Amino acid sequence: MSKGAAPNLLFHSSDWNFETLARTYDAIEEIALDDLGLDVYPNQLEIISSEQMLDAYSSVGMPLMYQHWSFGKRFVFEDHLYRRGRRGLAYELVINSNPCITYLMEENTMAMQALVTAHAAFGHNHFFKNNYLFRQWTDASAILSYLDFAKKYISKCEERHGTPAVEAILDSAHALMEQGVFRYRRPPRLSTEKEQERMRERLEYEEQTYSDLWRTLPPSGENNDPTQLEREISERKKSLNLPEENLLYFLEKTSLILEPWQREILRIVRVIAQYFYPQRQTKVMNEGCATFVHYTIMNNLFDQGKISEGAMLEILQSHTNVVFQPGFDDPRFPGINPYALGFAMMQDIERICVDPTAEDRDWFPEIAGIGNWRETLLDAWANHRDESFILQFLSPALIRKFRLFLLTDEADDNFCEVASIHNERGYEAIRTALARSYDIGTSQPDIQVMDVDLLGDRHLRLQHNVKDGVLLEENSRDATLRHVRHLWGYEVSLAGVDMETGETLYECSTEELSD
Amino acid sequence: MPNFIDRRLNPKDKSLGNRQRFLKRAREELKRTIKERVKSGKIADVDAEQSVSMPARGVNEPAFQPDSNSGERRHVLPGNREFAAGDRIPKRGGGGGAGNAGAGTGQSEDEFQFALSREEVLDLFFEDLELPDMVKLNLKESVTFKRRRAGFTASGSPTNINVGRTMRNSYGRRIALRRPSRREIEALADEIARLETEPRGRIKHRQRLEELRQKLDSLERRRRRIPYVDPVDIRFNRFEPQPLPNASAVMFCLMDVSASMGEREKDLAKRFFVLLHLFLKRRYERIDIVFIRHTDEAGEVDENTFFYSKQSGGTVVSTALEEMLRVIRERYPAHEWNIYAAQASDGENISGDSERCASLLHDELMGLCQYYAYVEIIDERETEIFGTTDNGTSLWRAYRTVDGEWPNFQMTRIAKPADIYPVFRKLFGKQPEMQLRK
Repeated sequence: MSKGAAPNLLFHSSDWNFETLARTYDAIEEIALDDLGLDVYPNQLEIISSEQMLDAYSSVGMPLMYQHWSFGKRFVFEDHLYRRGRRGLAYELVINSNPCITYLMEENTMAMQALVTAHAAFGHNHFFKNNYLFRQWTDASAILSYLDFAKKYISKCEERHGTPAVEAILDSAHALMEQGVFRYRRPPRLSTEKEQERMRERLEYEEQTYSDLWRTLPPSGENNDPTQLEREISERKKSLNLPEENLLYFLEKTSLILEPWQREILRIVRVIAQYFYPQRQTKVMNEGCATFVHYTIMNNLFDQGKISEGAMLEILQSHTNVVFQPGFDDPRFPGINPYALGFAMMQDIERICVDPTAEDRDWFPEIAGIGNWRETLLDAWANHRDESFILQFLSPALIRKFRLFLLTDEADDNFCEVASIHNERGYEAIRTALARSYDIGTSQPDIQVMDVDLLGDRHLRLQHNVKDGVLLEENSRDATLRHVRHLWGYEVSLAGVDMETGETLYECSTEELSD
Repeated sequence: MPNFIDRRLNPKDKSLGNRQRFLKRAREELKRTIKERVKSGKIADVDAEQSVSMPARGVNEPAFQPDSNSGERRHVLPGNREFAAGDRIPKRGGGGGAGNAGAGTGQSEDEFQFALSREEVLDLFFEDLELPDMVKLNLKESVTFKRRRAGFTASGSPTNINVGRTMRNSYGRRIALRRPSRREIEALADEIARLETEPRGRIKHRQRLEELRQKLDSLERRRRRIPYVDPVDIRFNRFEPQPLPNASAVMFCLMDVSASMGEREKDLAKRFFVLLHLFLKRRYERIDIVFIRHTDEAGEVDENTFFYSKQSGGTVVSTALEEMLRVIRERYPAHEWNIYAAQASDGENISGDSERCASLLHDELMGLCQYYAYVEIIDERETEIFGTTDNGTSLWRAYRTVDGEWPNFQMTRIAKPADIYPVFRKLFGKQPEMQLRK
């Protein structure tokens, strides 16, 4: 292929410079907006080195983060794998913020930069901006300034109270991060810096002036009437908004031993956990969307003659690696690859819209053959999370293609049983089970604050709602309970209650734990 | 047109602080692990092992996690080739052979290990141990320096000029730049003088003379341009201040190797001294160690003989103390040396000798010693009887009188390897209440 034959090419060699980056970006943007109809935040593309990339994703992928040893641990771990060649670096990193920040690694070839731009700056960016979970639960325009505040606040605390004291609070808060999100209630928006400052000041003032000692109402008397007692308990629960699923929130608001700065740190950890919560619920969709977008755009560019065959081969090779799904019996099997599943489902939706089979018409009467796959996909990206997306769109054709099967596994049985395979009778069951496995509400332990007697022994009672008999791993459970006690200040107990029978399966209390 | 920002010149190592925090934490964890290993009776290994690796347990981050060995779960897996609904598959060891995406990362984090070199292990091992008082002495006295010759330097004071090196440089430079030698010039001058005395007139003669004069002139100019000794030739002697350890210490290891010391007792004593030896080698660069072993007679031996020789005989403990006294008088004057001693014995002694030992200590040794540790190796069954009482062997009872009188005397009993490290810490740990030698 001579250069003269390809006057349209966006770039000729694997080297890149800012001019080619910009030219390629513009070409990609044209397809993304005009052809695919994507709607994105303004883009900010940052060129970083590989060390900076390691730095960035060891602190949970954020450009600004407070200091904590666990991020150092992640760095050492990633660095170790990277240096031993066990793991390559991610090609890209993208941050759900407005403007949307995408990191491009300087070591990437130009073909890779084009791929990353299409994948992150348009695919992920569109998803962040349009998906309902992100719209409802995160505040893209405020997150960076909030993290900036968090970083400064925590380093100020370290100066004032010493690193070990801050670290102890952070350790405990991190242990409860999973229990630090509102799953059903929408969290308040991140308010501006000034408002927060005012709220903090007010809180500190209240803390300083309020003392339980000056409580003037007499206790309600030595009334041993059981109904009276019950009424008191239910009133108490009501006043504390119990049961409460957000453990960190409860501790932040209710713990009697925490100082204002400690509460603020809990709040910071909680806000960050909440910010990442939608990402965990939309892994398949988010990666699928980005992969589908880059695949479509790159092919489109190639068809227009703007990318050379060599570059396209390189892009396809990366693409194939990303969507590789080994079988369950392959030693490389790490679980279902969200890129592979998401991408395949979106391609499948395109196929159903354009070229449906009789089976598809049975299963997807609304979209089969309507032709407008772009509209369908945009709608799916905006209005689903992984669970509902799979439940809605996983087709029998795809179940057969992935050769999916459903395995039931009971702890006291030495055998697993194949419940369903990819045949007529199995499709529904497989689809439901796969969807359920992406529902964080069922895969994460459900732990709630049940009761506490603030005027009595202040014993904090938690309840683990056990589903399908799945208990908690004991060592980490006990270690985590110690962290709860650390934040609560008094004894804490956890009871595992079977959701179906109401029977108490286990009980443990920090009183029995040694330190 | 997007907004491109080049961040490559931004500072790297943003996570450096985090890494330092992590390593600090990991270090505390490693220290704890090493202490545990030592407690479980592997002291001798400390020296032998080249590296230890351990999982980073104390740096894990707990969270409420479902237990994979309980309840009923359903997995959807890809890649079915042979199964039909209703097939039963035997589980592979643990976990049922299935996993979700999270399981993969979890496992690899568990494999996260530290490999420590022997040096690092020892560093951690001895970190909070000190010889008593040694540090206090060191802190009080300012360190003195001795100037030591250390090569040459191009700058310095005139008194330090090294003539030999300077002249050698100058000679080399003169050769390299072809400085005309005196002999050359003299020869030329002679020639000119000779020609001048000869009758002049002939053109050839005059030309020759002129040529020679020019040559002489150029040589002389060249000689002036290239000095005999140039500043670049000059070399000065360089001196380096070398810290002089002014708290020199000597450690006496006394061990009973008599017949009553069985294999077990010797082994325990050996372990105690190995630990002690390691500790000293590690902590202090300049410390002498004297090994004295005794039966009914005592002798100073080298380290190898001390630990591995099989000689045996009766028991007269005082001979060891006398030998120690002799060595001190001969080589280690107490005003120059901090003297430490550790004695290991099973407490068996010839009758009457224990009193002599006590009086030797009272009258002579305790006045000289900075610190004296006595370790008695007893039977494991005896621990319960003797553990807390003053009863015991004659040597133990005799030493009790010393113990009461001298604060720098410590005695204790050990019965099994696991006792050694705690005892060692007790004997050699920092003891702020200890008085300095009067």
